[in-house]
Amino acid sequence: MRRLASAAVLTGLMASPAAAAELNLSVEIPRLSVAEYHNPYVAVWVEKPDQTAVKTLAVWYDIKLRNQEGETWLKDMRQWWRRAGRAMTLPADGVSGATKAPGRHQVTFVGGKAPLGALPAGQYNLVVEAAREVGGREMVRIPFQWPPKAPASGQAKGATELGAVSLNLKP
Amino acid sequence: MKTLLRPLCAAAALTAMLAAPMAAQAHRQWMLPSMTVLSGTDPWVTIDAAVSNDLFVFEHVPMRLDGLVITGPDGAAVAHQNEATGKYRSTFDVQLSKPGTYRIASVGDSVMASYKLAGEQKRWRGAAADLATAIPAEATDVKITHSQRRIETFATVGEPTTEALAPTGKGLELAPITHPNDLFAGETTQFRLLLDGQPASGVEVTVIRGAGRYRDEPGEMKLTTAADGLLEISWEEPGMYWMEAEMRGGKSPIEGAERMAVYVATLEVLPE
Repeated sequence: MRRLASAAVLTGLMASPAAAAELNLSVEIPRLSVAEYHNPYVAVWVEKPDQTAVKTLAVWYDIKLRNQEGETWLKDMRQWWRRAGRAMTLPADGVSGATKAPGRHQVTFVGGKAPLGALPAGQYNLVVEAAREVGGREMVRIPFQWPPKAPASGQAKGATELGAVSLNLKP
Repeated sequence: MKTLLRPLCAAAALTAMLAAPMAAQAHRQWMLPSMTVLSGTDPWVTIDAAVSNDLFVFEHVPMRLDGLVITGPDGAAVAHQNEATGKYRSTFDVQLSKPGTYRIASVGDSVMASYKLAGEQKRWRGAAADLATAIPAEATDVKITHSQRRIETFATVGEPTTEALAPTGKGLELAPITHPNDLFAGETTQFRLLLDGQPASGVEVTVIRGAGRYRDEPGEMKLTTAADGLLEISWEEPGMYWMEAEMRGGKSPIEGAERMAVYVATLEVLPE
């Protein structure tokens, strides 16, 4: 009975327009012509305009190394590490993922569902930070309003470790 | 001529040292951690400890490691490992096996005495406990300097914590307002300096960024603590910084002694 009830609550949440809003993100990892290439570590999070982190949406790193050794370099995404990472326990379900090869990567986050969850209405930035072994580090921000009243989009472009980053919001 | 001059010079130098123990400390003492902000499980830091003029260049003498005091995130003592002392520097490792902040310090408490015995100037340096037996009863012009030194640095795994930073209440110490492992270029940091656990006002503080040999200007910041011991440092650039505070005065537990307290911290400022 209890299980049924919570399922009903969940359905209710999903049905409300704000909770069903979607945040579609496209992150381009550039192909670099370097002698030693490793996929970058990438963190994606939502922050308030004052840079306070609200939600970490994704962390792509070496999740398969023995003894969680891949976590050694999480601090190289230094802004994310300071704002959110250092207070988190990793790996985190639905957040941690393997590193991605050069190319465009699409991810969708749904309001009311982990990892985005119920984001209070307001002004935010979506932040993408990349750090690469024997390479550089770069971070881009895209401001957005939540929940979106109409379809909206935002773009940013990295110069070194990130290519085009685009955000599309669906009400 | 040469032989005559030498002893004279040495005597003059000694007199100068006795007259101004501060000047005798012109060389800078420091510890340099390999990293201060860490992630992952059970990471290590390796620390170089030396005394030199240039920061952080090994060019004078190694720091002795007999005063090491390492405090873990739970406030308990942590042992260092793989210690070695070479020509210019000492080095040791610390495994950070618990999440949180570690305080890695070299603490010294010593006494310097100068006195006259049968018209001859004498000098003694040792532990406070040995002072009573070290100076003959018939000594005159006894001048005692009690010197308390703390040279330290910090390293944090995961979230910064403050248990290891609890003041010991002895000598000059840093009480964090801003956490010492949460320093970023373009921001202003606030610390409070304490003398014997109480806010220390009017203390002169020098802050110098390392790698000075690649610059023409030493880029020293001269600061003074405010009435409540408050110290504000604005970091213009990322880097490894050396901070030194020193003061004379305050009550020494040794009767008749002038107290000199020195505090040194190596602080890493990260880019935004």
